[in-house]
Amino acid sequence: MSATVTGAPRLRPSRALILRGLLLAGLALLALLPVLNRLPADSALYVSDFVVSVSGKWICYAVLALAIDLAWGYAGILSLGHGAFFALGGYAMGMHLMRLIGPRGVYGNPILPDFMVFLGWKELPWYWWGFSSFPFALLMALVVPGLLAGVVGYLAFRSRITGVYFSIITQAMTYALMLAFFRNDMGFGGNNGFTDFKELLGLPLNTAEARAALFYAALAVLAGALWLCRHITRSKLGRVLVAVRDAESRVRFLGYDTTHVKLAVFVLSAMLAGLAGALYVPLTGIINPGEFSPGNSIEAVIWVAVGGRGTLAGALLGAFTVNAVKTWLTSFAPDLWLFVLGGLFIAVTLFLPRGLVGLLHKGEGR
Amino acid sequence: MRRILLLLILLLLSATPTARAQDAFTAALAGLSGGYGAQAEAVERLGALGDPRALPILQALAEGHLQKRADGAFLVEQGGTVREAVSGAAATAGETIRINNRVRAALRGALGRLQLVAPEAAQRLTAADALFRSRDAANIPPLEQALARETAPGVRDRLALALAATRLGAPDAAAKRQGIELLAESGSAEARAALLEARAANPDLAGEIDAAVAAIDRQLELRRIAETVFQGLSLGSILLLAALGLAVTFGVMGVINMAHGEMVMLGAYTTVVVQEALRGIPWLLPWSLPLSVPAAFLVTAAVGVALERGLIRHLYGRPLETLLMTFGVGMILQQTVRLIFGAQNQEVTSPTWMQGTLTLPGGVIVTQNRLWIILFGLLVLALTIAAIRFTRFGLEMRAVVQNRRIASTMGIRTGRVDAMTFAFGSGIAGMAGVALSQIDNVSPNLGTGYIIDSFMVVVFGGVGSLAGTMIGAFTLGLVNKLLEPWAGAVLAKIAVLVGIMLFIQRRPKGLFALKGRAAEP
Repeated sequence: MSATVTGAPRLRPSRALILRGLLLAGLALLALLPVLNRLPADSALYVSDFVVSVSGKWICYAVLALAIDLAWGYAGILSLGHGAFFALGGYAMGMHLMRLIGPRGVYGNPILPDFMVFLGWKELPWYWWGFSSFPFALLMALVVPGLLAGVVGYLAFRSRITGVYFSIITQAMTYALMLAFFRNDMGFGGNNGFTDFKELLGLPLNTAEARAALFYAALAVLAGALWLCRHITRSKLGRVLVAVRDAESRVRFLGYDTTHVKLAVFVLSAMLAGLAGALYVPLTGIINPGEFSPGNSIEAVIWVAVGGRGTLAGALLGAFTVNAVKTWLTSFAPDLWLFVLGGLFIAVTLFLPRGLVGLLHKGEGR
Repeated sequence: MRRILLLLILLLLSATPTARAQDAFTAALAGLSGGYGAQAEAVERLGALGDPRALPILQALAEGHLQKRADGAFLVEQGGTVREAVSGAAATAGETIRINNRVRAALRGALGRLQLVAPEAAQRLTAADALFRSRDAANIPPLEQALARETAPGVRDRLALALAATRLGAPDAAAKRQGIELLAESGSAEARAALLEARAANPDLAGEIDAAVAAIDRQLELRRIAETVFQGLSLGSILLLAALGLAVTFGVMGVINMAHGEMVMLGAYTTVVVQEALRGIPWLLPWSLPLSVPAAFLVTAAVGVALERGLIRHLYGRPLETLLMTFGVGMILQQTVRLIFGAQNQEVTSPTWMQGTLTLPGGVIVTQNRLWIILFGLLVLALTIAAIRFTRFGLEMRAVVQNRRIASTMGIRTGRVDAMTFAFGSGIAGMAGVALSQIDNVSPNLGTGYIIDSFMVVVFGGVGSLAGTMIGAFTLGLVNKLLEPWAGAVLAKIAVLVGIMLFIQRRPKGLFALKGRAAEP
């Protein structure tokens, strides 16, 4: 495997250096936000609580974008159901947070969450067992999305369902899950989902300390995910992935087990998405079945497309840029946002197939 | 001279009995102003007389709208105006007549009997149902008379049923057997209740009653199955309509159009616009729905051409990009409609010939609009197949699909054919929107609910096969509705989605995979 596979052309070293420098500078700047939040409010460098919590959310989105990029940008698996893995991770963490509320709920039941008391349930369903433990909940946030991705991916890749067919099946998957989670008798709070969380790991959630802690946790996860993805994409596995993306049958004829390669990367990607969801829920304080809506998944895909798929920097850049524009625009012209988002879908696919990162390639031979 | 004589004879013949009845009627009527005992007696006499004029008076009495004046005349108050009960002349209000339970009981029987002889079939039908419920043996003779007189078939059936149920309470055993048989034949849930009620009072007939109840249960079960099948066909026709356009753009052309649902939505909004535009032309208004069909086809076909020529053709051969791009187009279309019409649901009125229900032989009740949509779905399918099979455009389209370059060398303008095909598929989606406007909420996100189902139908049926799309749509509709009673609507839908995913395992190319050369891309 010494022959280079066709993929994203390598950037000229100087430009790659600039990109990496920008990325690291951006992350360092992000890391400063909670510190600046502690400055007196009249200081020129003061950053509001809103900015801290919103950028915390964006970091989670960036992890999700990395997960999608790993599957789509490198292995060519366009999943329109990554929102489901994200939401499942979020629900796992939400279940833990609900259990931690304990007797502080409206009904004061030490075992059952409020919505179960409201629905007249007598005892905790079996699938809620163990979620009072943080490590278990975190494990489930990885295992459940991983298992689902394993089953769906195995069934699909085994019968060589690729391209748009796979996309549509994953979209149907998240749609079905959304319908299921909207049901009250599923035991996940119906259409209200989970909210009104009190604490996590002994830290009351509505304090500045908790916000900063969660922010740094998210940032650490992002850094870890970035390191992991970088490691994978630079390994031999990464090169096989790109080869599968560009010429799957040829790779299969060369003797590689493409089904298992794709399955492995899809499961890993789903677990990463689940982790992002698990971080997202304590940061935003709510999770509901709306997170499963197919529109969310496809919106996450467009972050990657805008930033530039097939490059890890592109996924991060896209997630931050699109969400920054979204937050900025929805605050003063909410009607306009969907036009802009729709326009982004069109413009990126037609004019910027390599995304924003691709702009750096201008002038280089393909 | 002869004419005058004839008239005189006629007058004599008709006047004599009327005059006598007039006396009895007025005499009985007077009792209504007396005490409760006299009232009940008067009500019974009026009921026995069978004079149709008594009906509105007794109805007014039952509803507390009958008043009496000091001179003994009766007044009926209706919607704030007071009229004399017999002559109908306007009058000033009098004193409302009060009744007690004894009078009310007498009123029920009398009203039932009076309605039995009422000239309107609807009144007689209500009477038959009322008597069915009262099951008073005293009603047997008037019911028999009414049945002998009755000509309207619908009313006859109900009268026979009421008679059968009433006979169950009579002492005559032969009449009872006859009644049981008749009730068993009717197969209604009411008849079943009447039989079960009579079972305790007639231990000697228990065996026959049980057999009759079992027969009714079988009939009810059959009817329930028939109704479920109809609902399944109805859902199937909706899926078919939503998926047909996609079967053309995705199945035949291979273009992933995620804005397909929005084409359906545009079709539904065209229906709204056509309806509003025709408000000024009252004689055309009842035809707004049929007129919407071509209008919706043209509007969505035009949008389709613009979409294909402007955007999609630049992305041929890059299906994932097409998917994302068309999703963005769908978003923009949705938001545009939301800004123009607002996010709330639009009112679409159904023409009268689509309203109400229809009772099929065997007592299966179906709603008219669902029936029309099934027919419309099949019609659109037939037109689509005909357009592809028998027209010049269809021929060129098939040629381009089979081999673009050779078609091009034959002088077919392939770009134009692409645009036409996409317009055709979009137009079908628009027509589907007209049908869906009748049963679904017309809102900007109407289409999002159908896009996934439509793709599932096309993939399940086999990409590129219109017959497969039809069979796929009806299969999914039926399976969904058959699962619903014991799984619930949402779980049935999820089960169908999972089922399709497993099905694709065995047959990755769908039910009706194209074979041979056409299967290769």
